Amino acid sequence: MKLGSFLLRRFLLSIFVIIGLSIVIFVIARVVPGDPARMALGPRAPEEVVQTLRKEMYLDKPLPEQYFYWIKGVVRGDFGHSLVSKRLVLDDIKEYFPATMELAIFAGILMVFFAILLGVLAAQYKDTWVDNLIRIASYFGVAIPAFVVAIVFMLVFGYYWPILPVLGRLSPGITSPRTITGLLTLDSLIEGNFPAFWDALKHMILPAVALSLGGLFQEARITRSSMVDNMHKDFLAAERGYGIPEKTVMSKYLLKPSLISTVSIMGLDFASLLSNAFLVELIFNWPGISRYGINAMLHKDLDAISAVIVVFGVVFMVTNIIVDVIVALLDPRIRLSTARDV
Amino acid sequence: MGVSLPTPKFMFWKNLGRSWYKFSRNRLSVVGLVIVLVVIVSAIFAPWITPYPEHAGPFVDFANAELRPSLRYLCGTDNMGRDIFSRIIFAFQDALLMAIVVLGLAVPLGVLLGLLAGYFQGRWADTIIMRITDIFLAVPPLILALAVAAMLKPNLMNSMIAITVMWWPWYTRLLYGTASSIKNEYFVIAAELTGANKFHIIFREILPNCLSPIFTKVALDVGWVILLEASLSFVGLGQQPPTPALGQMVSDGARYMPTYWWMTIFPALAIVFILLGFNLMGDGIRDMLETSRG
Repeated sequence: MKLGSFLLRRFLLSIFVIIGLSIVIFVIARVVPGDPARMALGPRAPEEVVQTLRKEMYLDKPLPEQYFYWIKGVVRGDFGHSLVSKRLVLDDIKEYFPATMELAIFAGILMVFFAILLGVLAAQYKDTWVDNLIRIASYFGVAIPAFVVAIVFMLVFGYYWPILPVLGRLSPGITSPRTITGLLTLDSLIEGNFPAFWDALKHMILPAVALSLGGLFQEARITRSSMVDNMHKDFLAAERGYGIPEKTVMSKYLLKPSLISTVSIMGLDFASLLSNAFLVELIFNWPGISRYGINAMLHKDLDAISAVIVVFGVVFMVTNIIVDVIVALLDPRIRLSTARDV
Repeated sequence: MGVSLPTPKFMFWKNLGRSWYKFSRNRLSVVGLVIVLVVIVSAIFAPWITPYPEHAGPFVDFANAELRPSLRYLCGTDNMGRDIFSRIIFAFQDALLMAIVVLGLAVPLGVLLGLLAGYFQGRWADTIIMRITDIFLAVPPLILALAVAAMLKPNLMNSMIAITVMWWPWYTRLLYGTASSIKNEYFVIAAELTGANKFHIIFREILPNCLSPIFTKVALDVGWVILLEASLSFVGLGQQPPTPALGQMVSDGARYMPTYWWMTIFPALAIVFILLGFNLMGDGIRDMLETSRG
């Protein structure tokens, strides 16, 4: 299957799934006990005002009709109003989404880089102390939740050893760069504002490490085991036979096919990384969409919750498609049509 | 990490000794099993083995509040003077209960739907079930579980519901793949030719051959469910105070950092302990059931 038609097919399927997701989240938001209009206005609002808002929110209409009005708005970017911030949900998302993406991308890069590095080291020094150390670390890496790592970082770096900032995205006193992409590090680089870049980068380190640890060790182990599996394949013997230097054989011909399984699991790891962001952003007071989402959840801010879920649904669709394309590029044997469905 | 083929028969009970040999070949699996047994036994006998069982509730003793870990209070006391060690042991109860209830509901449901979709592959049942599954798999379980738990009243029961709702699709997808490949095996075709009805084929021919992957996944999932419960209670959407929950104790204790670090560190270590145990044991069970692994 050609890349173009694969992308088109996946895109169409994804739209179906996103619509389904929006129905599910809408139904859950509407069938829960409690009147959304009453919740929006508070317990002391007069009954007439509540009734007017009910009309405005189409709460007097049957559920399918309510959904229709809601999704019509969503398609046009109107997610409704947030009860907590008293603003348009869309404005909130525009403000908070880039912060989460910046953190997640940075954490993802850390995760992949160190996973491959450790995986290669473990495979190269198989059955030595290096391998054992990485294996033991991986057991703990999987068993220590990201929010526990974050809390420990708070304790260590927030109080005892303050070499890295633990709260927010920028230190007070640093001028924030003009918003271009919304990613502080990128914006400050574009502007040439290096103090801001350095400061923003330092703020990302602790939350990003907390987010990446779980997936990092899992991927390192997978990289190691598939490298070990591939090490004695015939094609490597053939390459060595041609007299290709061992270094090139290892880095070019062994690593590439071994990364296929690592990349395949990357989509799932990125998903768990982003869901852990819901707790980690809260701890580090990172002004991202996950912290916004958790606050919306704790305040039963239904429009904001629905919007956050839909936004994350779209993010995961895109991630999965990217992962499938990378896998297909790494492994010419895999046709895109047989790649994981949605 | 190849995809494991279904074992020809689920041999666990018939070959207990051999299974134990395969399981115990990796010493870490045995360590995991021991941790799990310690957690289970201490949770069951919590009222008798904890030094202060009454501290697992609305107990207040300000005279002994915020005490350092000592022989009297192994993990110190919290801001209300309750013994943190006792509360951790009691919190194990809900963590285990959560895993049992969630997997007890989600696994049969997911398995049943997966079997149906796999057996009727290409028909409308397949389309409907698998497209709904796709929707639930579109967002990671933690995010949707948080949303569902938040919209309901936050308590233990509702966090169980929230996690169960998010958990069945993984089993549906697993069974869909396994069932749709098994249904083309000769023994299934033979059963069809002899006139066996669909019920017999699905539950007597296909299901027994899917048990290995199911048990493997269950073994690995216990830890994940407990982690999810801890995450929900960490943000206040799980078990409500004064009943202790591991995540809730970590986040409550975090407010008293750094002076009273033990309020948050010991519950956090308890989470790591329980997850480590279930993960190591799960790995062992996987290696034991996967016959395809050399």
